[in-house]
Parts: sequence; structure tokens; C-alpha cells
Amino acid sequence: MTDVVAQPAATGLEPRSAANRRRTFRAVALSVGVNLFVLVGAALAAVRSSSTGNGFLGYFCLTLPFAAVALMYGRRAEAHVVDVDGPLVDEERARLSRRFGVVALVLALLLSIALVIWASWNGLVDVGDTFFSWQHLTGSFDQVVEGFKLNIAIFIVAEVFVLIWGLVIAVVRQLPGRAAAPLRWLAVVYVDVFRGLPAIVTIYLVVFGLPLTQLPVIKDTADVDFTVLGIQIDQLFILGVLSLTLVYGAYVAEVYRSGIESIHWSQRAAARGLGLSQGQTLRFVIVPQAIRRVIPPLMNDFIGLQKDTALLNVAGVLEGFNIARIYAGNNFNLSSVTGLGICFLVITIPMTRLTDFLVKRDQQRMQAGGG
Amino acid sequence: MALVEMRGIVKRFGTNTVLDRIDLDVEEHQVVCLIGASGSGKSTLLRCLNGLEATQAGTIMVCGRKVIQDDIKLNRLRRDVGIVFQAFNLFPHMTVLDNVTLAPRKALHLSKADAEARAHPLLERIGLADKAGEYPDRLSGGQQQRVAIIRALAMQPKLMLFDEITSALDPELVNEVLHMMQELAEQGMTMVVATHEMAFARDVASKVCYLHQGQIIE
Repeated sequence: MTDVVAQPAATGLEPRSAANRRRTFRAVALSVGVNLFVLVGAALAAVRSSSTGNGFLGYFCLTLPFAAVALMYGRRAEAHVVDVDGPLVDEERARLSRRFGVVALVLALLLSIALVIWASWNGLVDVGDTFFSWQHLTGSFDQVVEGFKLNIAIFIVAEVFVLIWGLVIAVVRQLPGRAAAPLRWLAVVYVDVFRGLPAIVTIYLVVFGLPLTQLPVIKDTADVDFTVLGIQIDQLFILGVLSLTLVYGAYVAEVYRSGIESIHWSQRAAARGLGLSQGQTLRFVIVPQAIRRVIPPLMNDFIGLQKDTALLNVAGVLEGFNIARIYAGNNFNLSSVTGLGICFLVITIPMTRLTDFLVKRDQQRMQAGGG
Repeated sequence: MALVEMRGIVKRFGTNTVLDRIDLDVEEHQVVCLIGASGSGKSTLLRCLNGLEATQAGTIMVCGRKVIQDDIKLNRLRRDVGIVFQAFNLFPHMTVLDNVTLAPRKALHLSKADAEARAHPLLERIGLADKAGEYPDRLSGGQQQRVAIIRALAMQPKLMLFDEITSALDPELVNEVLHMMQELAEQGMTMVVATHEMAFARDVASKVCYLHQGQIIE
């Protein structure tokens, strides 16, 4: 917008013109119209309060894009008439249209929410009961939490393996020399394949498929059955962790790789110049710096992994989502799944906050340090 | 025998010939200054000396070892050849002390205590003993560059390579670094110095090589 102010001639804009006058009038008319549109809907909904609110909900949702268009139109009109010396009448009008656009947007949103709450109260729709039935929330909660413990256990174990496995792949991918070419090639293929496959397909193939193959080590996992801290470790658990490790290892390897490649080559030159070997350079100089840089994206993958433990339900792992789903099916009510959702949020929201905090702290430290 | 013997070195980047049949000898305790315009190949020549750049033709003998592109042999060679860069290249995630002791500990397999016993007198010498626990970004450019020099010295090299180490410094910080190099020269260190500091070259160098179009014009 500033460059419009600076060079009105260059952009072919003429602040005081009949076209702008028309444009701003149209913008005001449009935004006022949208407001009326919303208010008429609200009035109709109030009059016909005995009927279902669904039709009116749709009506309000329709007004949202209109309001957005009015908003954008007003903004454009305003951009055309910006004046260096102070507000023009046209500019004031354009600004007015934009304000009306915002009002319409907020009004439509609030009215839709109010309508849903009102209709729920009067038993016209079942939003509250379907998702937030107290009876079913509390009734299923113990089972769901029990199942959710398994999600957490799988997540923690898988995360450890993912961090190690991803680093191995990332390091292999950038091994130097012709001798390592087949290894590099394998790592590339692995990353391409497992990043390309939908996680749910990998899980299905690994957890269902591998036990059927009679592969020696996999076959032995069928006999595994013990309990640690109340979590049953069996073949399903092991294969579940394995499948998630395969999927997320590919993502995390790419994150590590971007970190390793972001370290300036001069760091490598300095380390090699001091007589450190290739491996020592990676271990003491490159990887420690790389990991520091990729902690935020790594945390994102943590959160993704945490959530994707719920995918293991397709393979029959009795984790939280599976239990919540069974309960929902038996009681024809989704509140148990809502309960599970809350469990996930309790873990993931602090993790996102922590990620943001770490990023911020890193930035501050760098600013404090540099100078 | 000379500490450095370069014979017929050719270095090309693509079709661009940077070094064209260079011959250069450096005797022990000599200070050789390489001068020349930017892009004349001073840095490349230095980097060939410790094998950071591969050459297309010619042979280099450094400290009685042939420089060839073999990882293990180069690692061994680089213990005897310190290099300091224009941009300091300290390791930003390590304290000053760790920067200095990393290579002695990992490449020479000294114990932590031995490496630190080596590092402390060096830090004293540059007056930064009290900064041992600081991270490099808390130091001035001149301090960082002096740490980079003692990081190389901690390996007790027979030959030091300096790659325009004052070019990235503020003018008022240049002298402290030049002074340190002069001291080193007086103590008999063999040095090859790529530099734009003509006064330094005149005062300290035992031999000045002017690089132009890939050749040495003396």
C-alpha cells in the first residue's frame, strides 16, 4: 500500500476520479447488503423458531463468503483511493465498507453459533448430546484412558527408535565416496517409499502382513508377551512400533538431512583442517549443530507421531481410539471419541506450546549472543 | 629437505584454471606470503596444501608426506598442518575451551585433562583465559580469530596456513591478529600466509609470492 502512496502515477492510479467514486459506492452497497442479508436471516430464524435450525445454519454459512468478498472489495477500493495529504471522502467511504464487511462476518459467525446452541437446547438438533453427552463421556472415560495409555507407550517407544533410525538414514544418505553409493541409494529409496506411502497402508502391511511371512525374527515376536508398567508388550505392540518407526523414520531422516545440509561447509573445512576424521567431524561438529537447528520441525513430527498412534486401530491394536470407537458403536453416541480427543489435546497442546517456547528461546539466545 | 615442496600443481574448477603449474618450496622457519588480487588462487593454493582441495596435476610434499586424496592419510597430515580461515569458523555450539581442545582430544586422543593443560597456556597467551567458558558469539571478531589461531596451534603443527585471516575483521581489530602472527613467526613457526596486508608481508615474510593468472611471479 505504501508504494501506491509513493507512486500514484507509476501505477496509473488517480485518487480523485469518477471511477473511484463509483467503486467506493459499490463497496459500501455490497457490505451493507451483506449485513442486511445476515440480519434478515436472523429475523426469519427468530420468527420460525419452532422449526429446525438446519436451514438457517446453512443460510448463515452462505453469508460468510459474501461477507469475505465485501471485505476484499472494500479493501481494494480503499487501495485505489489512498491519498497522501489526508483522507478523501472516497477513502472514508471505502473504509466504511470494509468495517461493514467485518461486522457482517462476525455477525454471521456469532449468529450461526447462537443458532446451534439454541437449537440444541430446544432439542431440534443433537450437537450437544452427540459429542458431549455427560453420561457417555464419564461412562466411557476409564476405558478410553486405559486405551490411551497404550497410545502414549507406543508413542514414547516409537519416538526413541524414530530419532535413532532417522539419524542413521540421514547420515547414510550423505556418506561420501563411491564405495558408499549403494548404501546412499538404499537410503534414498527407503525415504521415497515410506514418505510416499500413506501411513495407514504401511501400518496395515507391516502389522498384518509381516506375521504371515514367517520371517524368522518376526515369527519369534509372536511369543513375546510381558507387561511393563501396566502396558502389555506383545507382537501387536512390537509391530505397531515398527510400522510407525518406518513411517516417521523417513520423515525425520529428511528433517535431519535438511539440518545437516544447513551447516555451512566452512564448519566442515575447519574440522577437517584440524585433522578430525569424516566421522568425528559429523559427530562432534556437524550433527550437534544440525540437531539444534531442527528441534522445532522434529517436535512437529513428534506431535504427528503422537496423533498417528490412533491409526494403529486399523490393525486391531486396542489403543484409545479403537476402544472409544467400540463404545461409540455400542451406544450410538460419539462422546467417548470426544473424550479420547480431549486426551490427545491434553498431550499435544503442551507439546506445541513447548515447541514455540524452544524456538523463541533459541532466537532470543542468538540475538543476545550475536552483536 | 624443504617442509613444503610443490611441483607443477594444476587446479581447475570446471574450465577455469586457477593454479597453472605452480612450483613452491617452503623451508622450515620460513614465512611465505602469498599476495595477489581476489580470485588469483591464494586460498586455493593454501587449501591444496592440506588436501582440502584435490589437484588435477602435480605433486605436493608437506612435512615429508605426499598429499593425496586419501582420507586416513589426509587426517594424519592435517595434524601437522594448522589452517586458519578468513571467517574464523569456530564451532558455535562449543565453548572457547572446547573449540581448542576438541581436535587434540579426538584426533590426537589426548585425555581431557591433557588437552586442557595444553589449551590453558595458549589462552593465557592471547589474554582470553577468562573467556574459556564463553561461546564464540560472545567474543569480538579479533578475539574469535585469535581463538581460531590457538585452536590450530593446540595441535602443535609444524606448518601453519593463514587464509586472509584479517580480511573479515574491523580495521581496529586487525593489528591484534597481525601482532600475534608476527610473534609466531619470531618463534620460528613455518607459515604460509595469504594476505592483502602488504606491510605485514614486507616486514615479516622471508619470501613473498605474487600470484597472477594462476602463476607465481616473484
